[in-house]
Amino acid sequence: MPAITFIHPDGKSDRVETAGGESVMQAATRHGLDGILAECGGNAMCATCHVYVDESWLARLPAMADDEDALLDGTAAERRPTSRLSCQITITPDLDGLVLKLPERQV
Amino acid sequence: MTASGAAGSGVPHLDVDPFDMSFFADPYPAHELLREAGPVVYLDKWNVYGVARYAEVHAVLNDPATFCSSRGVGLSDFKKEAPWRPPSLILEADPPAHTRTRAVLSKVLSPTVMKQVRDRFAEAAEARVDALLQMRSFDAIADLAEAYPLSIFPDALGLKPEGREHLIPYASVVFNAFGPPNQLRQQAIERSAPHQAYVAEQCQRENLAPGGFGACIHAQVDEGAITATEAPLLVRSLLSAGLDTTVNGIGAAVYCLARFPDQWQRLRDDLTLARGAFEEAVRFESPVQTFFRTTTREVELSGARIGEGEKVLMFLAAANRDPRRWDAPDRYDITRRTSGHVGFGSGIHMCVGQLVARLEGEVMLTALARRIGRIEITGEPKRRFNNTLRGLDSLPVTITPA
Ligand code: HEM
Ligand code: FES
Repeated sequence: MPAITFIHPDGKSDRVETAGGESVMQAATRHGLDGILAECGGNAMCATCHVYVDESWLARLPAMADDEDALLDGTAAERRPTSRLSCQITITPDLDGLVLKLPERQV
Repeated sequence: MTASGAAGSGVPHLDVDPFDMSFFADPYPAHELLREAGPVVYLDKWNVYGVARYAEVHAVLNDPATFCSSRGVGLSDFKKEAPWRPPSLILEADPPAHTRTRAVLSKVLSPTVMKQVRDRFAEAAEARVDALLQMRSFDAIADLAEAYPLSIFPDALGLKPEGREHLIPYASVVFNAFGPPNQLRQQAIERSAPHQAYVAEQCQRENLAPGGFGACIHAQVDEGAITATEAPLLVRSLLSAGLDTTVNGIGAAVYCLARFPDQWQRLRDDLTLARGAFEEAVRFESPVQTFFRTTTREVELSGARIGEGEKVLMFLAAANRDPRRWDAPDRYDITRRTSGHVGFGSGIHMCVGQLVARLEGEVMLTALARRIGRIEITGEPKRRFNNTLRGLDSLPVTITPA
């Protein structure tokens, strides 16, 4: 099972064991992780599952679709080149060890 | 429509009428019956299948190729019966047509746009609380749940000041019309002509103020995203679904917070819980109770075989309190993780106005909780009856300043 590390704004981190086929957002909410709201439940409609991807991982993620790109313009915390919506990242075995930073706020 | 699709498939038949006054008065025992009877049930009264458990409701919502919307999301099957009004280009459409119109409304109501309107919505909420503090005793439906959205949403759309009294009656027709041909539906449609005329007129480009959501939809014609004949119908979607829903959503939240003073106190202690308090009210009360789909082929759903062209009724409200999915589902808990509730639907048709609704709910509850110490219910709440919407007609309260 691939594991993902979330780094909170205060620097603390959480390691989350994931199940096959789920999205990063689903794994995070299933573990009760604070910092990911996911108000739309993963339908790419709310931009409250925003994460910053660790630079070293950015190129290894699947490319983003146009709707994700458009939604990221509306995130509550600033959009950066490393910004992604965690509900749009499906976990695959090669993402084991992925490191994601949580933004200051989601709304 | 016949019951033949249900014959011999082992689906429990129930004689529950989910559009009956006694059902509306207290739907919870019937919701439990529907959920516990099986994953898929058959309702003999209207010859439709029903799903009331979270898993099946979620599954139906997320398989639009099998469970389509273009044959109507009410009981009426557009393939067999002429719709009471020209069908919605978004709600009552399937991909690929839906994909195109949906993209337009998603852009008009995006998170970026919400950032721009946020301050205006918040100021109007403060102004509403000023007025309520003057009154002290008032009807939390008319003076709060209706007055607040009315003070902000028609302006955000860019509607003229005249004729706005048609808005809530029009929406009430739309949501009654999803139901079966009972008295609520028949009477609503019979009396709908003046409201329909008003709405048709307001959807025209020249009647929508620049900068509003309505004008933004029409501007998409210039971008080539939609045609000039489609734009008014997309404006109509916001007039149909954008006001009465939030009235019932805010009404639900205030009713919950007035009934559960411990949750009100938690909110007062931490105003950042306002958005969650609203969202939990949408789960708990489910202002939009039900929607239908129509099967495009024979399908097996959780062991039940459903034929082609059958109507399937999704009990969103029952799914939102399914103990298989939620801990203590009958408790209103403003810190609950509500992500995944189906009060706004799920999948490709999930409410395109959800960000507007949450913004209104959040700023209104924040303003209330900051300046009001206590909300006391001072009279018997009266229910408003509608085939799809759940909410109150009146809720007499007295407030004490913080
Ligand atoms: C608390 C308030 C609201 C609730 C509970 C609610 C509920 C829903 C639900 C359950 C659906 C899914 C319909 C389906 O799957 O067939 C939906 C769709 C829709 N809602 Fe809302 N809604 C709310 C507020 C709004 C607002 C404020 C607007 C407009 C500004 C809006 C516009 C729409 C539209 C246009 C659709 C159709 C979307 C599509 O078919 O792709 N709603 N809503
Ligand atoms: S959960 Fe809403 S956009 Fe990801």
